[in-house]
Amino acid sequence: MKLKELESWLQDVQGFSAPRILLEQYQTPPHIAARVLHTAQASFKDLEGKMVADLGCGCGMLMLGASLLEAAHVIGVDIDEGALEVCQENLTEAEVDNVELIKADVTRMMKDQPRFHKFFDTVLLNPPFGTKHNPGTDVAFLQTALEISHGAVYSLHKTSTRTHIVKKAGDWGVKAEVLARLRYDLPNTYKFHKKASVDIDVDFIRFSRQK
Amino acid sequence: MKLITHNMLTSKGIKNVKEGFPLKIQADEVKNVDIDFDQDFISKMVPKLDWNALIFAAQCVGHKEDLPDTLPEGYENDEDLLRKLHHILLEVEVINGCLECPETQRKFPISNGIPNMLLNEDEV
Repeated sequence: MKLKELESWLQDVQGFSAPRILLEQYQTPPHIAARVLHTAQASFKDLEGKMVADLGCGCGMLMLGASLLEAAHVIGVDIDEGALEVCQENLTEAEVDNVELIKADVTRMMKDQPRFHKFFDTVLLNPPFGTKHNPGTDVAFLQTALEISHGAVYSLHKTSTRTHIVKKAGDWGVKAEVLARLRYDLPNTYKFHKKASVDIDVDFIRFSRQK
Repeated sequence: MKLITHNMLTSKGIKNVKEGFPLKIQADEVKNVDIDFDQDFISKMVPKLDWNALIFAAQCVGHKEDLPDTLPEGYENDEDLLRKLHHILLEVEVINGCLECPETQRKFPISNGIPNMLLNEDEV
């Protein structure tokens, strides 16, 4: 599937009707999600026929895209009931059946669900950046992702944290490849946002084990 | 919830639980879907499965049919078996019901196909 076509499908994904600020809920912008997913498949063949996870799946943008790019099976995990409801609707609307959702705490996954250790071929995530009184959440999410994947992990992190993230990866014996620097243009999601939109520089990173 | 995921889920996060696996399935509503058969994918999944837990789960949802009690050798080339596995792992969905911890009997509800594995603060 071409990038443009994928992006067009993802534009139909419904966002959060009442996003929860403390969970940093917002829809991954469709053009960003399409770029991440298309690269994962076209450049690295990490989606088609693979067992894929989407950690903090929110409204399902990444997991839907993975399914459209012919992942064999996609499992999305989120802690929030509201997000899972929207996600389930989006998946039903898109008529994809090779998907599943689990309500769970991603940061507790290895304690609670040890059988998922190295279960997935590829893990995708657009983690909370930890801007709302929960610093370190993106690293905790990334750590879980690396534990449950025996292959690659694709993640998005604020460019301002790049040095920190790359160093962490090194500490864990994992290679971090910054594939692109993208710009989030988040439309006014929450009432308190004064500006019409917020620009954030975000790194799209591929993590894999050192060979 | 499909049985592939059930084969991974545990209640091990609950304090004092030793294994918390496999979780018993109480299936109040089950749905069947059609998924394209990918022999290679199913074959690669087999080593990750706990076979006994899979048979147990299949029995819980009334789909044990003719799955063998133990995994036979040479399964990679047994298309017939792999198709049966494909069906039980990916095409049977528990829509409503619950999962039960074998050690504490704590129930994890499944609603709208989604198992709720969140634990309370006093449980961990």
